[in-house]
Amino acid sequence: MTTPEIISAILLCLGTFFCVVGGIGIHRMPDFYTRTHAASITDTLGAGLLLVGLMFLCEDQHWTVPVKLGMVLLFVLLTSPTSGHALVKAAAAEGVRWVTAAAPESSSDAEDAEQEEA
Amino acid sequence: MTTLSVLTLVMVGVLVTMFLALARAALGPTVFDRILAANMFGTKTVLLISVAGFFTGRPEWLDLAIVYALVNFAGTIAVAKYCRFGNLAHDGQRRESR
Repeated sequence: MTTPEIISAILLCLGTFFCVVGGIGIHRMPDFYTRTHAASITDTLGAGLLLVGLMFLCEDQHWTVPVKLGMVLLFVLLTSPTSGHALVKAAAAEGVRWVTAAAPESSSDAEDAEQEEA
Repeated sequence: MTTLSVLTLVMVGVLVTMFLALARAALGPTVFDRILAANMFGTKTVLLISVAGFFTGRPEWLDLAIVYALVNFAGTIAVAKYCRFGNLAHDGQRRESR
């Protein structure tokens, strides 16, 4: 393997790692807002590393191929945060609740109040 | 470890991610979880088409990836607007009429 191929292999493996981590995150995270975080990782780090890694394989190709890869990367980096922001705003307007961290705090507050009363 | 085996590994990883996003789209308790999973599925489709184009030695498939990225963005915004206002022609101003 030549040097660009080795760099490309490292970037592609890193991008695949972040994609799979984001996939596990969107499946396992407890509420909608944390799932948004997991999906954003695959759209920025995963897609960015994969597309930049593919750019290193373009030596024998026509010059339009890396330009097209750059266009795909630009579109993904522009549209993914925009749609994510619109989606979270719509969810917040609809009243989707946080489920993390609220329950333990309120329960501990209640326990403190009970202890103070006692 | 050749470049083709690395590309195969990438395609398998992206397919696993797409399957997990599809599972979330099927399970998702709210409609926003489903839209988020569909959006992520579309982004992963773009990546899969790009990598498959290099895998088969036909990078012309990148044109399909560009079109898919644009359609995915427009579709996500349209579905989010429809779920919020119940009408795609809504101007977003008259919130109390909802």
